[in-house]
Amino acid sequence: MTITVRGAEKRYVSRGREVRALDNVDLDIAAGEFVAFVGPSGCGKSTLLNMVAGILPLTGGTIRHDGVAVSGINRAVGYMTQVDSVLPWHTVFENVELPLKFRGVPAAERKSRVDAMLARVNLTGFESSFPAELSGGMRKRVALAQVLVYDPGTLLMDEPFGALDAQLKLLMQAELLAIWQATGKTVVFVTHDLSEAVTLASRVIVFSGRPGRIKAIETVPLAYPRDPFKVRFLPEFEACYAKLWAALAPEIAKGEAV
Amino acid sequence: MSAHADEAAAIGGGKTAAVAAWDAEQSARRRLILVGRIVVGVALVAFWEYASGRMIDKLFVSSPSAVSLRLWRWLGDGSLWNHLSITLYATALGFIIGSLVGFVMGLLFGRYRTIADIFDPYITALYSIPKIALAPLFIIWFGIGIESKVAVSASIVFFVVFLNTYAGVRDVNPIYIHATRIMGGNEYHVLRHVMIPSAASWVITGLKVSVPYALVGTVIGEFMSSNRGIGFIIAQATGLFDTTSVFAGLVILGVVGAVINVGLRHAESWLLRWKAQD
Repeated sequence: MTITVRGAEKRYVSRGREVRALDNVDLDIAAGEFVAFVGPSGCGKSTLLNMVAGILPLTGGTIRHDGVAVSGINRAVGYMTQVDSVLPWHTVFENVELPLKFRGVPAAERKSRVDAMLARVNLTGFESSFPAELSGGMRKRVALAQVLVYDPGTLLMDEPFGALDAQLKLLMQAELLAIWQATGKTVVFVTHDLSEAVTLASRVIVFSGRPGRIKAIETVPLAYPRDPFKVRFLPEFEACYAKLWAALAPEIAKGEAV
Repeated sequence: MSAHADEAAAIGGGKTAAVAAWDAEQSARRRLILVGRIVVGVALVAFWEYASGRMIDKLFVSSPSAVSLRLWRWLGDGSLWNHLSITLYATALGFIIGSLVGFVMGLLFGRYRTIADIFDPYITALYSIPKIALAPLFIIWFGIGIESKVAVSASIVFFVVFLNTYAGVRDVNPIYIHATRIMGGNEYHVLRHVMIPSAASWVITGLKVSVPYALVGTVIGEFMSSNRGIGFIIAQATGLFDTTSVFAGLVILGVVGAVINVGLRHAESWLLRWKAQD
C-alpha cells in the first residue's frame, strides 16, 4: 500500500465549540491507483489530503505513506492546489527548477531536467516568462511541471483544475491522464465535481457531511486509456455516476439544510 | 497539440496595426502631459516673479530671480555641495540603518507571532512618540555632528519599514509556504523564495515612503543644532530674515526629493517586474 490511513481524526476548536472535521477514517490506496475524493464542502476531503501531505497534524489515528508514518511536511509527494502554488515572482524556468534546487541537484542536471519537463507540458519557449504573463491553462501546466520534475511517487491534488473553464478543464484532465498512465504514479485527487471524479479516477470515495466520514467507495468500471471528451457519453459512465450521486446527493442536501 | 500553439500565438506576437495605433495614442498622451507640466511650472514661477514686490513684500517671498542668483553663487563658491553633501550623507546613512534594522525586525516579528505579541505594546508606544521629540535627546547623546542627524532619520525610517515588512510577511499566502516546503524547501528557502519576494511590494512601499522621511529627519536634526547642511542654511537664514537663502534651501530639498523619487520608481518597477502590467 502506498497510503494507509487508520482511524484518522481531525478535531479543532472554533468559537468555543469543538468541530469534528474528520472522524475515524480508514483507507488504503495502492501504488499506481488514481483515487478521487468527493463530498460536500467541509466534509474533510481536503483535510485528509492535507494530512497526507503533512501540512495538517492529525488529532487521532495514523497515516502511513510508503510505509513511513507521516509527521510533519511530507517531501515524498507532489502537491498541487486550486490556488496557483507557482511562485509569481519567479519565471517559468525558475519555478520548475526550484524543487531540484531545494533537493541539491547539480546545476547542469537541473537545466536538462527542467528543459525536458517543459517540453513534456508544451511550455518550451516560455522559460523566461513570469506566471502573470501566461494564460490560466499554461499556469496549470507550469504547476504540473513543478510537481513532476522531482519525480515524486504520489501526487496529491486539491481541485487543481477548479478555477479553469469547462473546455480547458477537459484538456488538462486529458493531459493528467496521459502523464499518469505514462508514469504509473499514485494520484489522490480531491474534487467537488462528480463527473470529473468518474472521468479520471479508478476509484471514487464519497465523504459524508460533517463530521467527515467515508460514506461510499466505488470502483469505476471504465478501461484506460480514457478520453475525457468522450467517456462521459458511455452507458457505464452514466451508471457509475448515478450510483455515486445517490450516495452524494443526501449529503449535499444535509449541508444545505443547516 | 495545436491548441497550445494557438494559445502561444495569442500571447506572444508581432506588432499589428492595432498595437501601433495604441502606441501612438500613448505617446501623444505622454507628450501632452509633459507640455502641460512645463506650462504649469513656467506659469507658477512667472506669477511668483510678478507678485514679488508688487503684491507681496519681497522680504517675505523673495523672488525666483534672486533665488536663482543665490543658488548660482552657492554653486560657484562650493558652499552648495559643502552643505548638500553632509545632508545627503546623513540622509543615506539614516535610511540604510533604519531600513535594515526595520526590515530584519519586520521579518522576525512576521515569522514568529509570539515575539510580535510580546513586544506589541512597546512598539506601539514607541511608534506613538513623535520622532521629532527625540531629536533633542539624540543631540545630547550623539552631539551636534552627523551622528545625531543619522539617529533622527533612522528612527523615523525604522518604523515605516518595520511596519510595512511586518504587514507584508503576515500577508504571505500560506499555500506558497506549504507548497515550497513539500517541494523540499527548508526554512531559509521559504524565507528567500516566498517570504521576502511576497513581502517585497509592501517593503518597497515602505522604503519609498521613508526616503523623504529620512530627508525630513536629517533636516530637523540640522534645524535644532548643527554647523553644516541644508537644514542649517535654512535655519540660519531664517534667523537673519534672509528669505532668498531660505527659498534657495527649500528648492534644493525639493529637487533632491524629486530626484530620489524618480530613482526609486525605476528600482521598484525592476524589482516588481513579475507583477502583471496593466
